[in-house]
Amino acid sequence: MHEVGIMETAIEAVLAQAREQGATHVHRIVLRIGALAGVEPDALRFAFDAVARGTPAAGASLELETVPARGRCTDCDLEFEVDSDFIFTCPKCGRIAGELVQGRELELARIELS
Amino acid sequence: MEKSLQPLPRTATRTVELQLSLLEGNDRQAARNRRRFHELGLAALNLVSSPGAGKTTLLERTLTEFGRTTPCAAVVGDLATDRDAQRLGRSRAPVAQITTGSACHLDAGMVARAVEKLDLSGARLLFIENVGNLVCPASFDLGEKLRVVLLSAAEGEDKPLKYPPIFKSANVVLITKTDVAGVLGFDRAAAADNVRRIAPQARVIELSARSGEGIDQWYGLLADLVPKG
Repeated sequence: MHEVGIMETAIEAVLAQAREQGATHVHRIVLRIGALAGVEPDALRFAFDAVARGTPAAGASLELETVPARGRCTDCDLEFEVDSDFIFTCPKCGRIAGELVQGRELELARIELS
Repeated sequence: MEKSLQPLPRTATRTVELQLSLLEGNDRQAARNRRRFHELGLAALNLVSSPGAGKTTLLERTLTEFGRTTPCAAVVGDLATDRDAQRLGRSRAPVAQITTGSACHLDAGMVARAVEKLDLSGARLLFIENVGNLVCPASFDLGEKLRVVLLSAAEGEDKPLKYPPIFKSANVVLITKTDVAGVLGFDRAAAADNVRRIAPQARVIELSARSGEGIDQWYGLLADLVPKG
Protein backbone atom coordinates (compact mmCIF):
# COMPACT_ATOMS: atom_id res chain seq x y z
CA MET A 1 0.00 0.00 0.00
CA HIS A 2 2.62 2.57 -0.99
CA GLU A 3 -0.33 4.27 -2.70
CA VAL A 4 -1.17 5.97 0.61
CA GLY A 5 2.20 7.73 0.75
CA ILE A 6 1.94 8.72 -2.90
CA MET A 7 -1.56 10.11 -2.34
CA GLU A 8 -0.37 12.04 0.74
CA THR A 9 2.28 13.72 -1.40
CA ALA A 10 -0.35 14.54 -4.03
CA ILE A 11 -2.89 15.98 -1.58
CA GLU A 12 -0.20 18.02 0.19
CA ALA A 13 0.73 19.57 -3.15
CA VAL A 14 -2.91 20.15 -4.03
CA LEU A 15 -3.62 21.90 -0.72
CA ALA A 16 -0.46 24.02 -0.96
CA GLN A 17 -1.56 25.09 -4.42
CA ALA A 18 -5.09 25.88 -3.20
CA ARG A 19 -3.69 28.04 -0.39
CA GLU A 20 -1.38 29.85 -2.77
CA GLN A 21 -4.29 30.55 -5.12
CA GLY A 22 -6.60 31.61 -2.30
CA ALA A 23 -8.99 28.84 -3.33
CA THR A 24 -11.39 27.18 -0.91
CA HIS A 25 -12.62 24.33 -3.08
CA VAL A 26 -10.84 21.71 -5.14
CA HIS A 27 -13.13 20.29 -7.83
CA ARG A 28 -10.92 18.03 -9.84
CA ILE A 29 -7.56 16.33 -9.39
CA VAL A 30 -5.91 14.66 -12.38
CA LEU A 31 -3.05 12.20 -11.89
CA ARG A 32 -1.02 10.67 -14.72
CA ILE A 33 -0.12 7.07 -13.98
CA GLY A 34 2.27 5.09 -16.16
CA ALA A 35 1.22 1.55 -17.04
CA LEU A 36 4.48 0.36 -15.44
CA ALA A 37 4.43 2.73 -12.47
CA GLY A 38 3.56 -0.13 -10.15
CA VAL A 39 0.56 1.53 -8.51
CA GLU A 40 -2.93 0.20 -8.30
CA PRO A 41 -5.71 2.63 -9.36
CA ASP A 42 -8.19 1.14 -6.85
CA ALA A 43 -5.68 1.50 -4.04
CA LEU A 44 -5.08 5.12 -5.07
CA ARG A 45 -8.82 5.83 -4.94
CA PHE A 46 -9.08 4.17 -1.55
CA ALA A 47 -6.12 6.23 -0.31
CA PHE A 48 -7.63 9.41 -1.73
CA ASP A 49 -10.83 9.02 0.30
CA ALA A 50 -8.83 8.52 3.48
CA VAL A 51 -6.22 11.21 2.93
CA ALA A 52 -8.49 13.97 1.57
CA ARG A 53 -11.14 13.58 4.28
CA GLY A 54 -11.72 16.84 6.15
CA THR A 55 -9.67 18.92 3.70
CA PRO A 56 -10.79 21.27 0.88
CA ALA A 57 -9.88 18.42 -1.50
CA ALA A 58 -12.42 16.02 0.01
CA GLY A 59 -15.19 16.53 -2.53
CA ALA A 60 -12.94 16.62 -5.59
CA SER A 61 -13.31 14.12 -8.39
CA LEU A 62 -10.16 12.08 -8.82
CA GLU A 63 -9.21 11.28 -12.40
CA LEU A 64 -6.47 8.84 -13.23
CA GLU A 65 -5.02 9.16 -16.71
CA THR A 66 -3.11 6.10 -17.80
CA VAL A 67 0.13 6.66 -19.69
CA PRO A 68 0.77 3.64 -21.92
CA ALA A 69 4.17 1.98 -21.86
CA ARG A 70 6.41 2.76 -24.82
CA GLY A 71 9.61 1.05 -25.73
CA ARG A 72 12.51 1.75 -28.04
CA CYS A 73 14.14 -1.09 -29.89
CA THR A 74 17.82 -1.23 -28.97
CA ASP A 75 18.57 -2.76 -32.38
CA CYS A 76 16.69 -0.64 -34.91
CA ASP A 77 15.81 2.38 -32.72
CA LEU A 78 12.08 2.21 -33.51
CA GLU A 79 9.78 3.56 -30.81
CA PHE A 80 6.61 1.59 -30.23
CA GLU A 81 3.71 1.15 -27.84
CA VAL A 82 3.85 -1.94 -25.67
CA ASP A 83 0.95 -4.38 -25.16
CA SER A 84 -0.50 -5.11 -21.77
CA ASP A 85 1.76 -8.16 -21.40
CA PHE A 86 4.72 -5.73 -21.23
CA ILE A 87 6.93 -7.86 -23.43
CA PHE A 88 8.85 -5.34 -25.50
CA THR A 89 8.78 -7.01 -28.90
CA CYS A 90 9.83 -4.66 -31.69
CA PRO A 91 7.09 -4.64 -34.36
CA LYS A 92 9.70 -4.04 -37.08
CA CYS A 93 12.51 -6.46 -36.38
CA GLY A 94 10.77 -8.80 -33.94
CA ARG A 95 13.51 -8.62 -31.34
CA ILE A 96 12.76 -8.50 -27.63
CA ALA A 97 15.25 -5.78 -26.88
CA GLY A 98 13.14 -2.90 -25.73
CA GLU A 99 14.23 -0.09 -23.53
CA LEU A 100 11.50 1.71 -21.62
CA VAL A 101 10.97 5.30 -22.79
CA GLN A 102 7.58 5.98 -21.23
CA GLY A 103 5.32 4.28 -18.71
CA ARG A 104 6.74 4.93 -15.25
CA GLU A 105 5.03 8.33 -14.80
CA LEU A 106 3.52 9.14 -11.45
CA GLU A 107 2.46 12.76 -11.67
CA LEU A 108 0.02 15.28 -10.36
CA ALA A 109 -0.97 16.65 -13.78
CA ARG A 110 -3.51 19.38 -13.04
CA ILE A 111 -6.16 20.53 -10.61
CA GLU A 112 -9.32 22.54 -10.88
CA LEU A 113 -10.19 24.86 -8.02
CA SER A 114 -12.21 27.90 -7.04
CA MET B 1 6.83 24.07 -13.98
CA GLU B 2 3.51 25.54 -13.13
CA LYS B 3 2.04 27.69 -15.84
CA SER B 4 0.95 31.24 -15.08
CA LEU B 5 -2.68 31.83 -14.40
CA GLN B 6 -5.07 34.24 -15.95
CA PRO B 7 -5.94 36.96 -13.42
CA LEU B 8 -9.45 35.69 -12.78
CA PRO B 9 -11.73 36.61 -9.91
CA ARG B 10 -10.86 34.49 -6.91
CA THR B 11 -14.14 32.66 -6.89
CA ALA B 12 -14.00 31.52 -10.52
CA THR B 13 -13.19 27.90 -11.20
CA ARG B 14 -9.76 27.61 -12.77
CA THR B 15 -7.42 24.89 -13.88
CA VAL B 16 -3.82 24.82 -12.72
CA GLU B 17 -1.33 22.74 -14.71
CA LEU B 18 1.20 21.23 -12.31
CA GLN B 19 3.00 18.25 -13.98
CA LEU B 20 4.53 17.48 -10.62
CA SER B 21 6.28 14.17 -10.07
CA LEU B 22 4.94 12.47 -6.97
CA LEU B 23 8.24 10.67 -6.49
CA GLU B 24 10.33 13.82 -6.75
CA GLY B 25 11.14 13.95 -3.01
CA ASN B 26 12.38 10.36 -3.05
CA ASP B 27 14.27 10.82 -6.32
CA ARG B 28 16.09 13.86 -4.92
CA GLN B 29 17.12 11.96 -1.80
CA ALA B 30 18.19 8.99 -3.94
CA ALA B 31 20.45 11.33 -5.94
CA ARG B 32 21.96 12.59 -2.66
CA ASN B 33 22.51 8.98 -1.52
CA ARG B 34 24.19 8.17 -4.82
CA ARG B 35 26.59 11.11 -4.42
CA ARG B 36 27.33 10.11 -0.83
CA PHE B 37 28.07 6.51 -1.84
CA HIS B 38 30.35 7.77 -4.59
CA GLU B 39 32.24 10.00 -2.13
CA LEU B 40 32.65 7.05 0.20
CA GLY B 41 34.10 5.00 -2.68
CA LEU B 42 31.41 2.35 -2.56
CA ALA B 43 28.69 0.98 -4.81
CA ALA B 44 25.23 0.11 -3.50
CA LEU B 45 22.98 -2.77 -4.55
CA ASN B 46 19.24 -2.86 -3.94
CA LEU B 47 18.05 -6.45 -3.40
CA VAL B 48 14.36 -6.94 -4.09
CA SER B 49 12.18 -10.06 -4.03
CA SER B 50 9.08 -11.65 -2.57
CA PRO B 51 9.36 -12.62 1.09
CA GLY B 52 11.31 -15.85 1.40
CA ALA B 53 13.13 -15.81 -1.93
CA GLY B 54 16.47 -16.09 -0.17
CA LYS B 55 17.83 -12.55 0.09
CA THR B 56 19.16 -12.94 3.62
CA THR B 57 20.67 -16.38 3.02
CA LEU B 58 22.47 -15.12 -0.08
CA LEU B 59 23.71 -12.09 1.84
CA GLU B 60 24.93 -14.19 4.77
CA ARG B 61 27.08 -16.24 2.43
CA THR B 62 28.19 -13.21 0.40
CA LEU B 63 29.21 -11.14 3.43
CA THR B 64 31.16 -14.07 4.86
CA GLU B 65 32.87 -15.28 1.67
CA PHE B 66 33.11 -12.33 -0.71
CA GLY B 67 33.36 -9.94 2.26
CA ARG B 68 36.53 -11.68 3.44
CA THR B 69 38.56 -9.99 0.71
CA THR B 70 36.30 -7.05 -0.16
CA PRO B 71 34.88 -5.09 2.78
CA CYS B 72 31.08 -4.93 2.55
CA ALA B 73 28.26 -3.47 4.62
CA ALA B 74 24.53 -4.09 4.67
CA VAL B 75 21.26 -2.38 5.44
CA VAL B 76 18.23 -4.63 5.92
CA GLY B 77 14.59 -3.65 5.84
CA ASP B 78 11.74 -5.53 7.49
CA LEU B 79 8.38 -4.60 8.94
CA ALA B 80 9.42 -5.82 12.38
CA THR B 81 12.30 -7.41 14.35
CA ASP B 82 16.06 -7.21 13.88
CA ARG B 83 16.41 -10.93 13.15
CA ASP B 84 17.99 -10.35 9.75
CA ALA B 85 20.52 -7.87 11.14
CA GLN B 86 21.45 -10.44 13.79
CA ARG B 87 21.93 -13.14 11.15
CA LEU B 88 24.04 -10.89 8.94
CA GLY B 89 25.95 -9.43 11.89
CA ARG B 90 27.69 -12.79 12.42
CA SER B 91 29.75 -12.05 9.31
CA ARG B 92 31.49 -9.10 11.09
CA ALA B 93 30.33 -6.72 8.34
CA PRO B 94 28.68 -3.51 9.57
CA VAL B 95 24.91 -4.06 9.41
CA ALA B 96 21.99 -1.73 10.16
CA GLN B 97 18.39 -2.82 10.46
CA ILE B 98 15.56 -0.62 9.22
CA THR B 99 12.24 -1.50 10.83
CA THR B 100 9.57 0.05 8.65
CA GLY B 101 6.55 -0.65 10.86
CA SER B 102 3.89 -1.04 8.22
CA ALA B 103 5.69 0.42 5.19
CA CYS B 104 5.90 -2.10 2.38
CA HIS B 105 9.15 -0.84 0.86
CA LEU B 106 12.29 1.12 1.69
CA ASP B 107 12.59 4.70 0.50
CA ALA B 108 15.71 6.77 -0.05
CA GLY B 109 15.28 8.70 3.21
CA MET B 110 15.15 5.53 5.33
CA VAL B 111 18.33 4.31 3.67
CA ALA B 112 20.08 7.66 4.25
CA ARG B 113 19.24 7.57 7.97
CA ALA B 114 20.35 3.93 8.33
CA VAL B 115 23.61 4.57 6.52
CA GLU B 116 24.48 7.36 8.98
CA LYS B 117 24.52 4.74 11.74
CA LEU B 118 27.12 2.60 9.96
CA ASP B 119 30.88 2.90 9.91
CA LEU B 120 31.42 2.65 6.16
CA SER B 121 35.10 3.55 6.11
CA GLY B 122 36.81 1.03 3.88
CA ALA B 123 33.56 -0.57 2.71
CA ARG B 124 33.41 -1.05 -1.06
CA LEU B 125 29.95 -2.53 -1.48
CA LEU B 126 26.73 -1.73 0.37
CA PHE B 127 23.95 -4.28 0.13
CA ILE B 128 20.49 -2.88 0.75
CA GLU B 129 18.04 -5.71 1.44
CA ASN B 130 14.60 -4.32 0.68
CA VAL B 131 11.38 -5.36 2.40
CA GLY B 132 10.09 -8.61 0.88
CA ASN B 133 7.65 -7.32 -1.71
CA LEU B 134 7.58 -7.58 -5.49
CA VAL B 135 5.34 -4.58 -6.13
CA CYS B 136 5.99 -1.45 -4.09
CA PRO B 137 9.82 -1.28 -4.17
CA ALA B 138 9.69 -0.89 -7.97
CA SER B 139 8.94 2.84 -7.79
CA PHE B 140 11.53 3.80 -5.18
CA ASP B 141 15.08 4.55 -6.22
CA LEU B 142 17.38 4.19 -3.20
CA GLY B 143 20.53 5.54 -4.85
CA GLU B 144 21.72 2.08 -5.84
CA LYS B 145 24.07 1.37 -8.70
CA LEU B 146 22.50 -2.00 -9.34
CA ARG B 147 19.00 -3.30 -8.75
CA VAL B 148 19.01 -7.03 -8.16
CA VAL B 149 15.69 -8.90 -8.29
CA LEU B 150 15.57 -12.43 -6.89
CA LEU B 151 13.18 -15.12 -8.09
CA SER B 152 13.30 -18.38 -6.17
CA ALA B 153 12.61 -21.84 -7.51
CA ALA B 154 9.74 -22.09 -5.02
CA GLU B 155 7.80 -19.29 -6.72
CA GLY B 156 6.99 -20.59 -10.17
CA GLU B 157 8.46 -19.85 -13.57
CA ASP B 158 5.87 -17.26 -14.58
CA LYS B 159 6.55 -14.71 -11.82
CA PRO B 160 8.30 -12.25 -14.19
CA LEU B 161 5.24 -12.25 -16.47
CA LYS B 162 2.98 -11.47 -13.51
CA TYR B 163 5.09 -8.69 -11.96
CA PRO B 164 6.49 -6.73 -14.94
CA PRO B 165 7.29 -3.38 -13.25
CA ILE B 166 9.87 -4.75 -10.84
CA PHE B 167 11.51 -7.12 -13.34
CA LYS B 168 11.54 -4.37 -15.96
CA SER B 169 13.53 -2.22 -13.53
CA ALA B 170 16.13 -4.92 -12.73
CA ASN B 171 19.77 -4.73 -13.76
CA VAL B 172 20.32 -8.29 -12.56
CA VAL B 173 17.89 -11.14 -11.95
CA LEU B 174 19.01 -14.00 -9.71
CA ILE B 175 17.14 -17.28 -9.98
CA THR B 176 17.73 -18.65 -6.48
CA LYS B 177 17.38 -21.97 -4.63
CA THR B 178 18.38 -23.94 -7.73
CA ASP B 179 19.37 -26.81 -5.40
CA VAL B 180 15.69 -27.60 -4.80
CA ALA B 181 14.45 -26.79 -8.33
CA GLY B 182 14.24 -30.49 -9.27
CA VAL B 183 12.18 -31.45 -6.22
CA LEU B 184 9.79 -28.58 -6.84
CA GLY B 185 9.43 -29.34 -10.53
CA PHE B 186 10.69 -25.85 -11.31
CA ASP B 187 11.62 -25.44 -14.97
CA ARG B 188 14.79 -23.33 -14.84
CA ALA B 189 14.99 -22.81 -18.59
CA ALA B 190 11.39 -21.58 -18.74
CA ALA B 191 11.99 -19.22 -15.82
CA ALA B 192 15.12 -17.77 -17.40
CA ASP B 193 13.26 -17.41 -20.69
CA ASN B 194 10.42 -15.52 -18.98
CA VAL B 195 12.93 -13.19 -17.35
CA ARG B 196 14.52 -12.48 -20.74
CA ARG B 197 11.14 -11.72 -22.28
CA ILE B 198 10.21 -9.15 -19.63
CA ALA B 199 13.68 -7.94 -18.76
CA PRO B 200 16.00 -8.31 -21.76
CA GLN B 201 18.20 -5.65 -20.17
CA ALA B 202 18.96 -7.75 -17.09
CA ARG B 203 21.83 -10.15 -16.58
CA VAL B 204 20.51 -13.50 -15.35
CA ILE B 205 22.38 -15.72 -12.89
CA GLU B 206 21.03 -19.03 -11.59
CA LEU B 207 22.39 -19.86 -8.17
CA SER B 208 21.99 -21.58 -4.85
CA ALA B 209 23.40 -19.94 -1.73
CA ARG B 210 23.19 -23.34 -0.06
CA SER B 211 24.94 -25.60 -2.56
CA GLY B 212 27.14 -22.86 -3.98
CA GLU B 213 26.06 -23.45 -7.58
CA GLY B 214 26.44 -20.25 -9.61
CA ILE B 215 27.88 -18.35 -6.66
CA ASP B 216 31.19 -17.67 -8.49
CA GLN B 217 29.27 -15.88 -11.23
CA TRP B 218 27.60 -13.71 -8.58
CA TYR B 219 30.94 -12.90 -6.96
CA GLY B 220 32.39 -12.11 -10.39
CA LEU B 221 29.61 -9.61 -10.95
CA LEU B 222 30.24 -8.07 -7.51
CA ALA B 223 33.98 -7.82 -8.17
CA ASP B 224 33.26 -5.89 -11.37
CA LEU B 225 30.99 -3.54 -9.45
CA VAL B 226 33.58 -2.53 -6.83
CA PRO B 227 34.63 1.07 -7.62
CA LYS B 228 38.15 1.23 -9.00
CA GLY B 229 40.92 3.01 -7.13
